[in-house]
Amino acid sequence: MREVAFKILRFDPEKDSKPHWESYRVELEPTDRVLDGLEAIKGSVDGSLSLRRSCAHGVCGSDAMLINGRNRLACKVLVKNVKQPIAIEPMRGFKVIKDLIVDMEGFFSKYRQVSPYLIEAGPAPEKERLQSPEERERFDDTTKCILCGACTTSCPSFWADPDYIGPAAIVQAHRFIFDSRDAGKEKRLKIMNEKEGVWRCRTVFNCVEACPRGINVTRAIAEVKQALVRGKV
Amino acid sequence: MEAKLRRGGVSMDRQEPLTTSYGSRVKPSGGIELTAWLFMRISGIVLLVLALGHLFIMHVFNSVHVIDYDFVARRYVKIFWRGYDLTMLWLAMIHGLNGMRTLVDDYLHPPARGIVVKGMYVVGGLFLILGTWVIMAFRSP
Ligand code: HEM
Ligand code: FES
Repeated sequence: MREVAFKILRFDPEKDSKPHWESYRVELEPTDRVLDGLEAIKGSVDGSLSLRRSCAHGVCGSDAMLINGRNRLACKVLVKNVKQPIAIEPMRGFKVIKDLIVDMEGFFSKYRQVSPYLIEAGPAPEKERLQSPEERERFDDTTKCILCGACTTSCPSFWADPDYIGPAAIVQAHRFIFDSRDAGKEKRLKIMNEKEGVWRCRTVFNCVEACPRGINVTRAIAEVKQALVRGKV
Repeated sequence: MEAKLRRGGVSMDRQEPLTTSYGSRVKPSGGIELTAWLFMRISGIVLLVLALGHLFIMHVFNSVHVIDYDFVARRYVKIFWRGYDLTMLWLAMIHGLNGMRTLVDDYLHPPARGIVVKGMYVVGGLFLILGTWVIMAFRSP
């Protein structure tokens, strides 16, 4: 065990007019994760620290935050791999509700806009809807999204324009647009083609760097743009 | 459909695809934003040649000390150079104006956004008219 230094951007809407930094020191193993550090702070130093987490294993996408200035999942970053004091901030571009908890309502309403579910083509078959390995491969990358918000909140176009549908929703649209079993492509592409759709993307690549699942987000966006330009999937 | 799916395995009959729109044409393509995006790429590629060519001819192989009325007059005898400059003028102005529209969209909000963008279009339009006029009306002695 050794002491690890943190500084966290705290904000309590009932007390603070704007966010401020607070420093903390907690005992941790070098192999502990940043999330463990935050839990230790909440558990033994200041119980009012507010954050989201659920699975603690990089699956649920709850604990995306800025760690030393980069969007990361706190549960996937080891304490020994980051410089101290470890600076923790809420994701940028969303309204902060409290401390590290941000309002993701707009984020999820954009997610819902792209109809993120299989739209059936014809009546349901008796068993499963078959697909060749190649057809499955076509959209494999974008199936990995856990909707943590790291890509969208790393995007300068989104910071400048909160109405931009954002990389996460485009990734979700891509996942179905390029699925051979899906029949809702036109509906989704229509949304993608709007002013606040894919054309707001300026190919900055921050989303690729931010994605904790290693999704090539910019490539997915480019494929949607290409589908629109060529007029075919 | 049932028979086809029963065939099992993963290789489906591509001759009679399921009734999805996969591989089909997608209707809602087209539109202003798509056109603007595509124009930025195409004009960018053309400008790469034209603007770099311009830079080298005017400022590397020649220089502002060499370029005078005679230089321009000699150059504009050839319709080629007038076409070159005219193409570059229009592409750069529209490319630049559309790029500025994107930037203004980022930083300004209505009503300032609309005023600034329209103002840019007016100024840009005047430059386009003036530039086109000079290129077309110039008489080489
Ligand atoms: C030399 C060759 C050029 C190339 C290859 C090029 C290429 C591009 C491309 C591809 C974009 C779109 C970026 C995006 O949306 O992702 C762009 C944006 C832009 N271009 Fe050009 N361009 C060139 C010359 C010019 C010139 C001569 C001007 C000024 C008249 C100009 C002004 C702009 C502006 C203001 C933007 C918007 C920047 C932004 O969206 O952040 N470009 N350019
Ligand atoms: S807590 Fe679930 S992704 Fe980190």
